[in-house]
Amino acid sequence: MLQDKDRIFTNLYGDYGFDLSSAKQRGDWKDTKSLIEKGKDWIINEVKVSELRGRGGAGFPTGMKWSFAPKKDANSSRPHYLVINADESEPGTCKDRDILRFEPQKLIEGCLIAAFAVSANVCYVYIRGEYIAESKILQKAIDEAYANSLIGKNASGTGFDFDMFIHMGAGAYICGEETALLESIEGNKGQPRLKPPFPALVGLYGCPTIVNNVETIAVVPTILRRSGKWFAGFGRPRNTGTKIFCISGNVNNPCNVEEEMGVPLKDLIEKHAGGVIGGWDNLQAVIPGGSSMPILSKAICDTIKMDFDALVEAKSGLGTAGIVVIDKSQDIVKVIARIARFYKHESCGQCTPCREGSGWMWRMLVRIQKGEAEIAELDMLMDVTKQIEGHTICAFGEGSSWPVQGLLRHFRTEIEERLNFKNKKIA
Amino acid sequence: MPKVKVDGIDIEVPQGSTVLQACEAAGKEIPRFCYHERLSIAGNCRMCLVEMEKSPKPVASCAMPVMDGQVIYTNTEMVKKARQGVMEFLLINHPLDCPICDQGGECDLQDQSMKYGVDKSRYVLNKRSVKEKYMGPLIKTVMTRCIHCTRCIRFAEEIAGVPEIGAINRGENMEITTYLEKTLDSELSANVIDLCPVGALTSKPYAFEARPWELTKTESIDVMDAVGSNIRVDTKGWEVKRILPRINIDINEEWISDKSRYACDGLSVNRIDAPYIRVNGRLQSCDWIEAFNFISKNIKKFSGDNAFGIVGDLVDVETMYIFKKFFNDILSSNNIEFRQSKYYLDASNKTNYLFNVPIAKIDESDLIILVGANPRLEATIVNARIRKAQINNKAKVFSLGDVGDLTYNYENLGSKLSILKDIANNSHKLSALIKSAKKPMFIIGESALQIEIGEYVLETVKKILKQNNLLGKNWNALNILHQNASSVGALYLNLLSNNTNVLDKINDSNPKLIYLLGADKVKINSKNNFIIYQGTHGGSNSKIADVVLPGAAYTEKDGLFVNLEGRVQEAKKATFTVGNAKDDWKIIKALSDALGNPIDFNTHSILREHLFKDFPIFKHFDVLPNSSAEQLTFKNVSDVNGDIKLNSFDYYATNIIAANSKTMDECRKAKLILKKTATEN
Repeated sequence: MLQDKDRIFTNLYGDYGFDLSSAKQRGDWKDTKSLIEKGKDWIINEVKVSELRGRGGAGFPTGMKWSFAPKKDANSSRPHYLVINADESEPGTCKDRDILRFEPQKLIEGCLIAAFAVSANVCYVYIRGEYIAESKILQKAIDEAYANSLIGKNASGTGFDFDMFIHMGAGAYICGEETALLESIEGNKGQPRLKPPFPALVGLYGCPTIVNNVETIAVVPTILRRSGKWFAGFGRPRNTGTKIFCISGNVNNPCNVEEEMGVPLKDLIEKHAGGVIGGWDNLQAVIPGGSSMPILSKAICDTIKMDFDALVEAKSGLGTAGIVVIDKSQDIVKVIARIARFYKHESCGQCTPCREGSGWMWRMLVRIQKGEAEIAELDMLMDVTKQIEGHTICAFGEGSSWPVQGLLRHFRTEIEERLNFKNKKIA
Repeated sequence: MPKVKVDGIDIEVPQGSTVLQACEAAGKEIPRFCYHERLSIAGNCRMCLVEMEKSPKPVASCAMPVMDGQVIYTNTEMVKKARQGVMEFLLINHPLDCPICDQGGECDLQDQSMKYGVDKSRYVLNKRSVKEKYMGPLIKTVMTRCIHCTRCIRFAEEIAGVPEIGAINRGENMEITTYLEKTLDSELSANVIDLCPVGALTSKPYAFEARPWELTKTESIDVMDAVGSNIRVDTKGWEVKRILPRINIDINEEWISDKSRYACDGLSVNRIDAPYIRVNGRLQSCDWIEAFNFISKNIKKFSGDNAFGIVGDLVDVETMYIFKKFFNDILSSNNIEFRQSKYYLDASNKTNYLFNVPIAKIDESDLIILVGANPRLEATIVNARIRKAQINNKAKVFSLGDVGDLTYNYENLGSKLSILKDIANNSHKLSALIKSAKKPMFIIGESALQIEIGEYVLETVKKILKQNNLLGKNWNALNILHQNASSVGALYLNLLSNNTNVLDKINDSNPKLIYLLGADKVKINSKNNFIIYQGTHGGSNSKIADVVLPGAAYTEKDGLFVNLEGRVQEAKKATFTVGNAKDDWKIIKALSDALGNPIDFNTHSILREHLFKDFPIFKHFDVLPNSSAEQLTFKNVSDVNGDIKLNSFDYYATNIIAANSKTMDECRKAKLILKKTATEN
């Protein structure tokens, strides 16, 4: 269990104010100038030492991403950009929301430091369209930071100019994909771009751009203050630090909680979320990392530790760490069919496999749920997921096919029983 | 140059190529729908997936840049599976209505599903249906067939410069539309039909006319403007069913303008199918012998000075040549003119009247100055190149004379002639720009060459270019934008009179012989003339003629045409003349026989032999003429004050074929509706 002294987000539940003075009391903006004065290389190196991995879902090492930003040429007219991905739309995830509304100064401070590290003078925060209240709070916090010269011209007295803008999305899930997000900021239809080139070289308005998740950036100031080694002390190598887990679904006490990386799933559910409704034995399955990650059966949930590599070994993923608990009262096929419908609705429609395949998967799942399908269709469904996976422009292809694959992997016998039962009844 | 290995074949490809290009260079066919050489890369159809070593997923070869040492496989199980999967997805919502689809037989989806697809469908649910979208009189839409390759969107945005096609909605509800369902405001719009890999966008005038395998295809040259776009004429029986572009990267790449494509339906209406003579004030059809007798009887009273020949805008070089011979040798006259309105040209040196920058090199220009020219309407393909120069090369464009929307940004300098003088005197902001530009261009339109101001405009521009050393062999910035397909050929043959005085003379009160060789636009107001009209369609000038001789249209004869660059190209006979009509050169040859003074060109090849002997410049096809800039002479002209007035220009009826085309008429009406604003209704 993470001790209180090691918590980064001390106001995760909004018990204290989000205003600047309360944030300062909690330790934000303390010696920011001296952190920046230690230089870009020190900052990037410290983040590398901490082994911080992106908290948006893909888990790419943050320090490495920052070091991809090309060296800024003094003569070059091309600016660098820092873009914060606050388009938190993954079902089951609501960690960025609490950072935006309860800990906005941590984010702003992190933005300043990260922007300095990647030589960006401008930062855009792309906020999900539905987060209207949160964007107002963040705007207030930004205004406060400007008023206190923490950001703006000569930010925090460092001589570094830094501006920060909020860009509201319109509520499209796909705009959380980093290149679609850039398209959306530019005013285009939110459709992912082809990679390569990656945004670090050709990003917003064709300029080098670093895109990071809210949580990733918000933990940076604390890492620098308490050292990368301290952060790396939690969890195991390559899976370090603390992480906000969002626990929802059939639990007694749905909550967000900051915990150590590698904490057992059972501990999270039992200790923080008040346990599964009806007790641990009533557990049917868990989605460990937001709706796009394959579900885990109860047997795996008994022992699994929540970090990147452990979940990959279990053929799932940590994703955004949005844990959705499903008890035995739920129809698991209906759950996945609902997720498939979500992906069908949110597919951008640009590339073929996802556009055509996501709707097909949903319709098959509905038939399976109603017991109208043949057993042979299960293999076909698996085949369709494999035809989508890896063949698309962005990771949405995986995101839409993995939950279905997880269902077929863990619940095939139950589904076959259901189809057999229905078929028998008809006969 | 990076070296890659494709299916075990080592190959070296230019830097900046894509994996798809490398595979093609290695002789491997890569199926594709969204990829197109001349459009930006979208990478969204996912058909071109190939396996790349060290990459766990298959990669989209159209979008992946080639890097040294890549190892690519195009024939593995993984690739086969990926292609089959994508093909299955494309087909689940594609209606299998090939028997009633006009794309059938030339459909990428049909062909590729035969080669890369599976033979059975596993999809048993209902297919999506999408409402048709109105895209104007040229483009028929069946949007249910759309596979969302976005080629049309990219074409409209990048090449045509009218970002009016786009995709609305998301996921499987995505639809391609013109948003407001209006006609595309572009003269290149119908190219999206060729680009569409399926039957979503097909040709409206050609709907259900023929199957591709029933058509006889003839490679030919377009005559609707002076660009000389390369076309393919598809005929079924006698009728020209459709015209498609042919790839020629030096001229039209693979686009043609809507007029080149669709004016062909004018070839089958209002045709002159028999000779006519005027008897008791009325035109009466007759046979050729009667017509020739009528001419011989009447022609004798005119001396050489009273015989005038006007050459029209669609006439091929051979006909003009024999026409010239007929006038010089038989009528002893040199009163021939190819200009049907009064504008200035200097035929002393071909640099003076050619478009001296090759069309293919317009893209390289960085400064383009239009002088009384509207390339969008007068030479649509040239306009697309100028747009390309602006996009790829950030070329600045200026215009003397307000020419309206050109599909790219330009600055209107005003229409005062004094601007040219200021530029020449280094007192205009353009003077410095011209000096600093690497490859500037002046494009002078026929409107700026009006007889009162033409000489001044031409000589002043030449003066500016001479000051800046821009009349060289390698880059000659002087460009005349001709409007008609016959113009440069006629200039090569020297079929022009001093200051167009032929046009003055035909309207004086002396009785005279006027021979109109397809000349429909020249105005004849005088009386007591004996007028011979030889042409293809009934028009205002055939109505006032005393003899009407039926000739052949450009699809009905072999003929040479010279485009505005001075490039000689051969149009091929694709179909037959109507009724009693004959090849134009044969008519003049037969007339010379009837007049008892035969020109001894018995066959077309003998005619060409003589032509090549007298004018060797026609001998070399498909090449640019040698530069003659060194021999260019300059004149001192006195200042002229005034304005450049742009001639009114009806794009959809610039020649008699287009004027008779129903499709062109519909396009004009659609454009008028487009121009109406909400307050007008």
